[in-house]
Amino acid sequence: MTAVISTSGLTKRYGQTIGLDGLDLEVAEGEVHGFLGPNGSGKTTTIRILLGLIRADDGEVTLFGRDPWREATDLHRRLAYVPGDVTFWPNLTGGEVIDLLGRMRGGLDVSKRDALLERFDLDPRKKGRTYSKGNRQKVALVAALASNVELLILDEPTAGLDPLMEAEFRACIREGQNDGRTVLLASHILAEVEALGDRVSIVRAGRTVESGTLDELRHLTRTTISAQVTSDPTGLTEIRGVHDLRINDHRVELEVDSDQISEVMTHLTRLGLVSLASHPPTLEELFMRHYRDVVEA
Amino acid sequence: MNTLVGTGHLIRLIARRDRFRLSVWVLVLALLAVGTASAFIGLYPSEIERQVLANTIASNPAIVAFLGPVYDTSIGGLTAWRVGVIGSVLIGVMAALTMIRHTREEEETGRRELLGATVVGRNAPLTASLIVTAGAGLVLGVLCAAGMIGLGLPIPGSVAFGLGYAGVTAVFAGLSGLAAQLTQGAGAARGIAIAMIGASFLLRLAGDGGTASGLGWLSWLSPVGWFTQLRPFAEERWPILGLSVGLALLATLGAYWLAARRDVGAGVVQPRPGPASAAPSLSSPLGLAWRLHRPSLFGWTLGLCFVGSVYGSIADSVGGFLGDNPQLTEIFERLGGEAGITEAYFATAMGILALIATAYAVRSALRLRVEEESLRADSVLATTTPRLRWAGSHLVFAVLGPVLILALSGVIAGAIYGSFIGDVAGQVPVVLEAAMIQIPAVWVVVGIAVALFGLAPKLSEAVWGVLVAFFLLGQLGRILQFPQWSLNLSPFSHIPALPAAELTMTPLLVLTSLAVLLVAIGLAGFQRRDVAV
Repeated sequence: MTAVISTSGLTKRYGQTIGLDGLDLEVAEGEVHGFLGPNGSGKTTTIRILLGLIRADDGEVTLFGRDPWREATDLHRRLAYVPGDVTFWPNLTGGEVIDLLGRMRGGLDVSKRDALLERFDLDPRKKGRTYSKGNRQKVALVAALASNVELLILDEPTAGLDPLMEAEFRACIREGQNDGRTVLLASHILAEVEALGDRVSIVRAGRTVESGTLDELRHLTRTTISAQVTSDPTGLTEIRGVHDLRINDHRVELEVDSDQISEVMTHLTRLGLVSLASHPPTLEELFMRHYRDVVEA
Repeated sequence: MNTLVGTGHLIRLIARRDRFRLSVWVLVLALLAVGTASAFIGLYPSEIERQVLANTIASNPAIVAFLGPVYDTSIGGLTAWRVGVIGSVLIGVMAALTMIRHTREEEETGRRELLGATVVGRNAPLTASLIVTAGAGLVLGVLCAAGMIGLGLPIPGSVAFGLGYAGVTAVFAGLSGLAAQLTQGAGAARGIAIAMIGASFLLRLAGDGGTASGLGWLSWLSPVGWFTQLRPFAEERWPILGLSVGLALLATLGAYWLAARRDVGAGVVQPRPGPASAAPSLSSPLGLAWRLHRPSLFGWTLGLCFVGSVYGSIADSVGGFLGDNPQLTEIFERLGGEAGITEAYFATAMGILALIATAYAVRSALRLRVEEESLRADSVLATTTPRLRWAGSHLVFAVLGPVLILALSGVIAGAIYGSFIGDVAGQVPVVLEAAMIQIPAVWVVVGIAVALFGLAPKLSEAVWGVLVAFFLLGQLGRILQFPQWSLNLSPFSHIPALPAAELTMTPLLVLTSLAVLLVAIGLAGFQRRDVAV
C-alpha cells in the first residue's frame, strides 16, 4: 500500500503560539483515516498545509508523493476539500457554488450531483446567506462528493447535520471507499470515526499521540470489567496492570491493561464468579485517557 | 412587554465594543475641522488674503461643485466651506457603519438572537444604536464648537457648525436604521446606506454646480446640502436645523414601523430563489470575480458618469463665474483667455473624478483580503486555481475598472460640454484625454494596496489612510501651504494638468512603472506567504 498522505515532524508556529509540534500522519491509499483531536489541536492547520495554503516551518510532508506547497495546483486536481467553517458568497445560490467549485476542480459528474442533492434533501436555488449552517455544510459536501477525485479531505464535515443526514453522509463515505477513494476525516465526533475509520490518528497540542487501527489502539489500552464474586476480592490489588479498582463488599469494578486480562480472569474465577461483564475500550475512553490531564487542568 | 427593556445594557455594550473605533472617528473629524480653522488663521490672517483665496475658489466651478460655494470670507466661513461637505460625507459614513454594525450585522450573525433570548426588548437594539450614534454626533459637534470658540471664532457660527454636524449625524443614523430593516444581509444594508450618502452628495453637487443653470434647488433635497445651507459664520439660517431633525425623526419612525412588521433576522425585502445550476460563464475564477464585482462596478460607473455629466454641463458657465471679477479675468486671460479657464477647470474636475475612481479601485483590490479573511479564498484555492490566477481575477477589476469608469465619465463630460458649445467632436477627445491621463496615479494606489496585501496582509486596510492622505494633500495642501516635497508624495500631483498643461510622458511612464513594480512585489509576496485565517 502506498501512502497518499505522509507527514513527519511537521511543525508550524504562529508567532509565539505553536500550531503543530512535530506531527506525524500516514494515510494509505483507499483507507478512511480518522483524524481525531479536540478543537485547536492542529487538525485544520495540518489540512491547510496539505492543501498548500500555508507552509510548514519544519518537517516532511508529501501528498501523493509530491510537495503540496510547490505542486498545489496539480495535486488539487486529484482531491476535494470540505472546510470546517463553510462560508460561501452571499449572492450565489448553492447550485451555482457546487457547479463552480466542481468545474474549477476540473469537472463534476452532473448525474452524481443531482443524486446527491436528492439524497441530502438540498434546495440548490437558495442564495448563500439564506442557508442554515447545516445546509451550507451540505452544499460543501455535495460539491466535494460529486467530483470523481481520489482523495477527500473533510474537516469536521458533519457539524450542523441532523442525524438522518449524518447517516446519509456515512453511507456516501462507505460508497466512496468501495470506489477506491481515500478519505482523511478530521473530527472530534468519536462515534463517527469509530463507525467509518479504518485507522485513526489522535492529535493533541499539535502532536500525534496515537496512531493505528482501532484494534491496535484498543490493544494498547484497558478493558473495563465489573464482576460479583463470593470471596473477599482484596487480593486483586496485588495483580500488575489493574487500575481504578473499586471494591464494594463483593462487587468489583476495575480496569485492566489488555496484556493482563487472562491473569485477572484466572484470579476472579478462583474467587467464585457470580456475574461478569466486560467491555473493550471505546474510542471515547481512548480519547478521554489521552485528554484527561488536559480536562483536569 | 416593554419593547425597550435592556436598552441601557445595550448602550453600554455598544459603547464598550466601539470605544476605540468611535473615538477615532470623532477625534479625527473634530481635528479636521478645528485644525483647518487654525491653519487658516495662521496662513490667511488678513481679510485681503482671504478675499483673494475666495475669488480663486469662486473662479473654478469644479471646486464650487465639489465643496459648495464660499458664503463668507471670515476664518469661520472659509473653514465651514472647506470641511463642510467632506465632513458631512465622512460623518454619514461613520453613522452608517456604526448603525448597520449594531443592528443588521448583529441579526445576520445570529448574535441578536442570543440577546433576544435574554431580557432585551424588540426595539432595544435599534434604540441603543441610534442613541450611541447620535450621541457620537453630539460629542463631535461639542468638540468642534468648543475648539472653534477656543480659537476665537464667533460663538453663533461655532455653535451652528457643531449643531450642523450633529444634525448630519442624526439624519444618517436614522436613514441607516431604516436601511437596516430592508435587507437580510448586512452587506446589502450597508450598501443602501452608503448609496444614500452618495446620492446626497451628488444631489448637492448638481445643485451647487448648477446654480447658474437654475438647478440650485437640488441642493435642498440633500442632507449634506443642508449643512452648507445652514451657513455657519455667514448669517446662520437656524431654521434649517429643523430639516435635519425632521428627517432624522421621520426616518427613525419609519425604521420602528418596519421593525414592528418583520421577524428578527428577516428583511422587508425577501430573498428570491436563484438558478439551481451555474451558467456556463460561471466556471472559472474570472467568472466568479465578475459575479462578485459586477454590482459595485455598475454602481460606481453610474455614479461617476453622473458626476461627469454635472461637470460637463456646468463647464460652459465657467466664464460666467468671473464676470464680476475683472482682476481674475485678467489673470486667466493671460493664461489663454476663456478657453484657458475652461481647461484649468477640466483639469481640476478630472482630478476629482480620478480620486473617486481610486476609491472604487482600492475597494476592488481589497476584495482579495475580504475573500481571504472570510475563508472563501480557501475554497477556490483548494481547486486547481493557482494563486496568481485567483489574485489576477480580482485585480482585473481594480486595474481596468477605473479605466472604464474614467473613460465613460470623461466622454460624457466632454460630450455634454461639447453639445453646449456646439463642438462635440472637438471636446470629447480633449476631456477624455484629461480623464485618462489620471490612470497611472490611480494604478499606483492600487499597487500600494496589492503590495500591502502581499507583504503585510493585516495592514491591507491602511491603504485607505494612504488614499485619504493623498486626497487631503491634493485638496488642502496648496491652500494650507504645505511644503512642496510633501505635495510630491501624492502620485496625483505628478499628473500633467491636461488640457491646461502640456502632455509630458515621463511622469506617466514613471508612475506606471512604479505601479507595476508594486503589484509585482505584492503578488510575489502573496505567492510566498501563508493564506491567513
